[in-house]
Amino acid sequence: MEEELTRESICQQENLVYSRTPLMTPKALSYCPGCGHGTAHRLIMEVIEEMNLQSQTIGVAPVGCSVLAYDFLDIDMQQAAHGRAPAVATGIKRLLPDKFVFTYQGDGDLAAIGTGETIHACNRGENICIFFVNNGIYGMTGGQMAPTTLPNMKTATSPYGRDVVSMGYPLKITEMIAMLPGTCFVTRQSVHTPANVRKTKKAIQKAVQCQLDKKGLSFVEIVSNCNSGWKMTPLESNKWMEENMFPVFPLGDIKVPKP
Amino acid sequence: MAKVKGEIVINSERCKGCELCVPVCQQQTIAMSDKLNSKGYHYAMSINDECNGCINCALVCPDGVISVYRVKLKDAAVA
Repeated sequence: MEEELTRESICQQENLVYSRTPLMTPKALSYCPGCGHGTAHRLIMEVIEEMNLQSQTIGVAPVGCSVLAYDFLDIDMQQAAHGRAPAVATGIKRLLPDKFVFTYQGDGDLAAIGTGETIHACNRGENICIFFVNNGIYGMTGGQMAPTTLPNMKTATSPYGRDVVSMGYPLKITEMIAMLPGTCFVTRQSVHTPANVRKTKKAIQKAVQCQLDKKGLSFVEIVSNCNSGWKMTPLESNKWMEENMFPVFPLGDIKVPKP
Repeated sequence: MAKVKGEIVINSERCKGCELCVPVCQQQTIAMSDKLNSKGYHYAMSINDECNGCINCALVCPDGVISVYRVKLKDAAVA
């Protein structure tokens, strides 16, 4: 070998193949170690950077763990009342139809208190994107039972496990809204392995393109872990998610846009 | 010998020690440090020079603390 490759000679700007996108602010994320929210944030920002949409994007932040999303995403953001992000996004998109508008919501926000807003925004076929992070629990408030909590899953408010007779079944809101004619692209992905991260990024790109083509509402569910709420290590929680969450919430496209 | 050579740079102050990057590395390049960063986390670090710049670790890192560099080796260097 003629020239020795040193760490310094490899770590040059021209050899950089991946780094945190500049559309994420330098602020440290407030999420627990191993939480999928950070990856989901980064993927959305990468797509916005690659499609050169930063100056025309308006995001709507939810209430929940990701309530501080506007601190981490270097785009224009609007805070909505709990569960009302699709209604706020509807107003923004109707007044500013040239902007790219998305909401970023958790399962407690989108599938519990905001079920009505979600279903009606989808039914009206508003030309927005909804990114839905589903971890089956209310993470921010300390791990209470959510509508998406699995049967027999122990949470702070179902200490003996979710009894489906008295507490109902996990709400598959993604399948529900896929039946509505107003939605154009409905998919469910996850961000726990490199392959799934790549698939999720493709799904987000497709969702953004659907909005730019004015095809209707696109809905990307990201099944994620909540290692703090599930009382596991990040690696254990990802394994538990594969074994328990995916049979109830199978990954894949549920509705694809018509060509 | 590998035809590409990679290197990772980890922002150890931002690493939260979740260990998601450790099993996705096919080259076993990443391990957790015995030392703590200022937040009290055992941060990830590169322990050998087998990295091939596949970016798997950077993709799964929730906090985006890993930057990946990659160079193609010249034919002479491969032989």
